[in-house]
Amino acid sequence: MDHKEKLCADAWENPSSGNDLTGKISSDCPPFAIFKPQLHQQKWEDPSILDYGGIRIEPSFQEFNQPSETQTSLPCNSNNDTKMADREDGRMCETPQANKSQDWDPRTMLNNLSYLEQKIHQLQDLVHLIVGRRGQVLGRPDELVAQQQQLITADLTSIIAQLISTAGSLLPSVKHTLSTTTPSIGQFGQLGGSFVPSGVGTDASVKLQNSNGSKLADQSNQTDLISNYGTEQNYSVEEHESKDEEDADEGENLPPGSYEILQLEKEEILAPHTHFCAICGKGFKRDANLRMHMRGHGDEYKTPAALAKPNKESSSEPTLIKRYSCPYAGCKRNKDHKKFQPLKTILCVKNHYKRTHCDKSYTCSRCNTKKFSVIADLKTHEKHCGKDKWLCSCGTTFSRKDKLFGHIALFQGHTPAIPLDETKGTQGPADHGEGSEASNRVGNINFSFGSTASGGGGVVQNLMDVKESINDPTSYFSPLNFETCNFDGFHEFPRPPFEDSESSFSFLMPGSCNYTHKTGGEPNSNNLE
Amino acid sequence: MKRQRTIVTFNSNMNNNNHLFHFLSEEIIFIILDFLNQNPIDKKAFSLACKSFYAIEAKHRKKLKPLCSEHIPKVLNRYPHVSHIDLTLCPRITDTSLTTISNACMSSLRSIDLSGSNCFSGAGLLSLAVNCKNLVEIDLSNATELRDSAVAALAEAKNLEKLWLGRCKQITDMGVGCIAVGCRKLRLISLKWCPGVGDLGVGLLAVKCKDIRSLDLSYLPITDKCLPSIFKLQYLEDLVLEGCFGIDDDSLSGLKHGCKSLKKLDISSCQNITHVGLSSLTGGSGGFLEQIILSHGSPVTLALADSLKKLPMLQSIKLDDCPVTYAGLKAIGNWCASLRELSLSKCAEVTNESLSSLLTKHKDLRKLDITCCRKITYASIDHITNSCTALTSLRMESCTLVPREAFVLIGQRCQFLEEIDITDNEVDDEGLKSICRCSNLSSLKLGICLNITDEGVANIGMRCSKLVELDLYRCTGISDSGISAVANGCPGLEMINIAYCKDITDSSLISLSKCSSLNTFESRGCPLITSLGLAAIAVGCKQLAKLDIKKCSSIDDAGMIPLAHFSQNLRQINLSYSSVTDVGLLSLASISCLQSLTILHLKGLSPSGLAAALLACRGLTKVKLQATFKTLLPQALFEHLEARGCVFQWRDKFFRAELDPQCWKIQLQDIMQLR
Repeated sequence: MDHKEKLCADAWENPSSGNDLTGKISSDCPPFAIFKPQLHQQKWEDPSILDYGGIRIEPSFQEFNQPSETQTSLPCNSNNDTKMADREDGRMCETPQANKSQDWDPRTMLNNLSYLEQKIHQLQDLVHLIVGRRGQVLGRPDELVAQQQQLITADLTSIIAQLISTAGSLLPSVKHTLSTTTPSIGQFGQLGGSFVPSGVGTDASVKLQNSNGSKLADQSNQTDLISNYGTEQNYSVEEHESKDEEDADEGENLPPGSYEILQLEKEEILAPHTHFCAICGKGFKRDANLRMHMRGHGDEYKTPAALAKPNKESSSEPTLIKRYSCPYAGCKRNKDHKKFQPLKTILCVKNHYKRTHCDKSYTCSRCNTKKFSVIADLKTHEKHCGKDKWLCSCGTTFSRKDKLFGHIALFQGHTPAIPLDETKGTQGPADHGEGSEASNRVGNINFSFGSTASGGGGVVQNLMDVKESINDPTSYFSPLNFETCNFDGFHEFPRPPFEDSESSFSFLMPGSCNYTHKTGGEPNSNNLE
Repeated sequence: MKRQRTIVTFNSNMNNNNHLFHFLSEEIIFIILDFLNQNPIDKKAFSLACKSFYAIEAKHRKKLKPLCSEHIPKVLNRYPHVSHIDLTLCPRITDTSLTTISNACMSSLRSIDLSGSNCFSGAGLLSLAVNCKNLVEIDLSNATELRDSAVAALAEAKNLEKLWLGRCKQITDMGVGCIAVGCRKLRLISLKWCPGVGDLGVGLLAVKCKDIRSLDLSYLPITDKCLPSIFKLQYLEDLVLEGCFGIDDDSLSGLKHGCKSLKKLDISSCQNITHVGLSSLTGGSGGFLEQIILSHGSPVTLALADSLKKLPMLQSIKLDDCPVTYAGLKAIGNWCASLRELSLSKCAEVTNESLSSLLTKHKDLRKLDITCCRKITYASIDHITNSCTALTSLRMESCTLVPREAFVLIGQRCQFLEEIDITDNEVDDEGLKSICRCSNLSSLKLGICLNITDEGVANIGMRCSKLVELDLYRCTGISDSGISAVANGCPGLEMINIAYCKDITDSSLISLSKCSSLNTFESRGCPLITSLGLAAIAVGCKQLAKLDIKKCSSIDDAGMIPLAHFSQNLRQINLSYSSVTDVGLLSLASISCLQSLTILHLKGLSPSGLAAALLACRGLTKVKLQATFKTLLPQALFEHLEARGCVFQWRDKFFRAELDPQCWKIQLQDIMQLR
């Protein structure tokens, strides 16, 4: 266990860099390499991808693998994978399981079975290999044997899990009763992009805590964390039973009732990524990007079938058009509003919510004036910032002269502002005012930085914990902590601290790997403090 | 010292009769002063009569035209009620001057003319705009260095109604946008030759300044994007789109629904506008249209003439330099409105037939311009004089096929003529005699009429007592007797050109010195004129402002000294090829308002003398010099003069001997035929 824990700690230090992780793991986990008999131990450094391929193939199985992998000292990975699978937009799950929960498909079943067969064969080969190697003299035989055992156990568990899940898909009505079994997680995986594990636990439409929570409860101590996370997941799953693509957007003036209104909770809206790699845990905003990313994990992801846009066949079934409602009460985009105007896609919801109901926490680094709540807006702005030379007296800048003149024609009292280099003191005061305002804003940003960090979300909460326990500010600000997910997570929680304070630690962000940072084998305690 | 003494003597005189003036109220003196407008010296003299006159004149004066900016503070102190300041004579107006003016005049200032001054910037304009709340008119034409920021400062003048920005090359849409937002009461704005101003600025102007009456957009790179908003201006009367090449027929289609108030439309040099665009005028906006200028535009065809047929109020049309067709001109002849003014100058295709068919119905024509219609003959003149008897202006320069007999008809039939231009025609004494029957004649141009002699010109003096302008350029048949007849008979003469009338001597000038209103005198190439004659002019014609004695080789320094003493209004002088030397040039420095000086090929001029003269004439704004002086004088001198507001033009022409007049004309005709 010591070894495992150490490894675990190491792994957590590099949460999102899969290669490092596997590099470390590989030395400890030779059995993975034995998938391919010709590989020697010296080569085990590189085949990490292969290993992952072996583990990863079925995203929905990750959860299932997880318990065993906790044993095989891959907790971090599994942890990420869990989230990934949970968060996966249904359509991204091109794997057979992706469809199984929706309704029964013989082809999928066949695929699953053949896959299982293949998997069993692989395991068989592996065992053969281990048997064959028994005679060879190796550096650390005991350790190796233990690892081999773990690997086999893991694979077996995976096979069993998939078998159960395959069987479970035959019984859709049992879905919810099977909550204690892993397939439900698989179902979670199907539940569309809307299914985002960012529940804070305060708003509860339908709580599906049972599935993850109970399943993982019997796992190693680390899974407590996951159970927490699962427990807090609140989601109106029923609404998303028949998840569909949002591609088909009809005209705006849909008669009320002609479409289905879905309302995501704000935590779900604000979750940074909706698509996660089951192998390395990297998060993506688009399924297509994930699929591109998956190619790096093995040849099986390079098949046209794997790369194709998933889930087209399901569109044949008659479904209601989906429209989205903003969870913000009183908003025109909220379904309770008198003149409710639905949003077309989840992306629309996200952008709308951030733009309208969130702080504008991204400030342009060039002008220090413009603020945005959607990072894409900031990026778009930064591309043109400085080029906006057309300035109005109200301070608004325009990239095009005609836009400025349109603005001036529209508003009374606004007048074109002549650039400073030309004016001689006439526009001076106004500009100075702006400057000081900008600097103030910079101050504000710093302030909000700190404040959100303190309570903006679980991640940050964890960060704080780490900071407290270690007294090491550098780790607090170390790039590790600000790896992709974490960084995004932080930025996408521009809410004031009080909003989430009560639920901050129960909410686990996907990239919250750093909660175990240097705390060794007691991540839970740390987390639960 | 001398002035002081004069005042004292006047005062002593006044003291004797002081009681008489006490009966005159201030208002009455104001009315008297209103009539003292002819010569600025008059008012000066009046004010110097006594202290009370001085005070009254100071109170009365509303307009000020200072000669140099140095004395502006003192002058403004003296004249507290000045509402109009014309600074065109000041070579250099800085921000300081403008600040002084704005602080002195405050809200009494209503109008300021800064056209031609280049040295001010936004700060001066801002102080004007902020302090002079009642500023209504400002002319910034030719302020080529003026930038958007300065114009933006001007936008603080909220009550501005008239603004001229012609040739302000640096300003752009941004500056005009500021004006549009700031000066909402604008009624007139001229943006001629502001190439930086485009659709956006003009469009915003039209959106924001709804009171615009007059809009000059000549030579702007505008397209049809800004025209819709212009056509929505409710009160627009005068629209000038000259040389707007971006405007085409489609752009004008908006005229169908707007601009009902339009009275004058200038779309000259707009090559992309044809009858299609013009036909939209009849749709709606042409109801009040009085004048349309189509010069240098598309061919005057039947279609074009028909498209303008139904304009009920149309009085004036200018088709200068348009390709014309017979059908087109004939159709114009059938228009419902009766034209008052018609210009066909340089329409080479105008023939006797087309002109007569055009004029048949427009009998009420007052002004006709058929300059350079080289195909018309006696028949046309016969027809014109027959049908258009009410003509007041006839311009027919270089109608070379019109025979001398035709000019007799003009005098016989068109008695109301006030302006005649028969430059370069075959008119002879008989014709001139007939023309002189037009007793209202005020302007007569007889340049290059080689058939005219003293006999004909004597008739001018006998009959045309109202003559103001007489051009006898290269009328080589004229001598002193003709000129003296004119001088005796035309006391109101203001401008006379006797250039290259080589027989003219001093006696002509002595007789012309009786014309006290004379302000422009041109006697180029009259070798017999001497300083004596010039001195007579200088003494007699106090109004003299422009003097051209180029190639009067007999004039020397002796002529300059009386000129310097008496012609205090002289602004422009050309001394090239004369015998004036350093001394004469230096003496001209006493003419305080002398602005333009052309001194080419002065044999007696030394570099040091030139330098002294240039430094002494403080008001100079334009000096034409031989290029050789550029190297002979230190660069610093020119830099100093340029900083004072003077512009130098360097010429490198060889000295050319004068040609015989007949020979000159033949040469001219050769050149024209080559073209």
